[in-house]
Amino acid sequence: MRANIDGAIGLLGDPNRRAIFELLARRPSAVGEIAAQLPISRPAVSQHLKVLKDGGLVVSRAEGNRRVYRLDPQGVSALRAWLDGVWEHALTSFHKFAEQTVADEIGTDPDEEPP
Amino acid sequence: MTTPIPPIEGKTTVDVSRDRAFELFTASIGSWWPRQYHIGAAEVADIVLEPHEGGRWFERGVDGTECDWGRVLSWEPPERVLFTWQIGGDWQFDPDPAHAAEIEVRFHADGPEQTTIEVEQRHFERLVAGEDVYGAIEHGGGGWVALLAAYAQLVAGQSRP
Repeated sequence: MRANIDGAIGLLGDPNRRAIFELLARRPSAVGEIAAQLPISRPAVSQHLKVLKDGGLVVSRAEGNRRVYRLDPQGVSALRAWLDGVWEHALTSFHKFAEQTVADEIGTDPDEEPP
Repeated sequence: MTTPIPPIEGKTTVDVSRDRAFELFTASIGSWWPRQYHIGAAEVADIVLEPHEGGRWFERGVDGTECDWGRVLSWEPPERVLFTWQIGGDWQFDPDPAHAAEIEVRFHADGPEQTTIEVEQRHFERLVAGEDVYGAIEHGGGGWVALLAAYAQLVAGQSRP
């Protein structure tokens, strides 16, 4: 299990996989329903679902003759994977804000008009 | 019985003194925290990290409502700040400190005008998830859906060439 959880770090790094994750956050779905909403094939969707499932973010259940996927009801792994992206974005935003704020204070903006 | 969940680690280096970096990170968090990441029903007007031990970390909505995210555990300018993340799988504030993940932010002075900021969010296993998150998703309500929708919008914007 440990290896699977560690692997969750990069699980939402792929845009299609993230799109599948977001679709499942809204509604449990079968492979065909997901594929209909994305510009990728059913086998590609199945492959991404397998990765998400192995990573502990998604679970599946047979309902009649189809298999329905949903986010893992234990939730915390999904929350963690999502927050990983939040922090990456937040730190990038902080970096830009901090350097810009200080540059503005010193007046190093090359476009700045002289007083 | 609780399985440990690995921490999230991140870092960034800025060409700013350590004192200033600490101040900008904490006092100006409302200016740089990406606005789409919030849990309240209203749009975010500000995000506040109160500058003392026991202080609140919360969002204030444009309608004036406040929504808690956590508490400040340790306030050590300009080296370190430690605060909690008390939002569990149901995307609600959980007031029980035993159900809190922690966020530690360390500020290392690389030089007089350069600082490396390291963030670690840990103890995810203390958060309570369970059926609530499932219910929120299943019934199309709750912060989870709103947050993911905001996130999806962001991602869509970024991935466009």
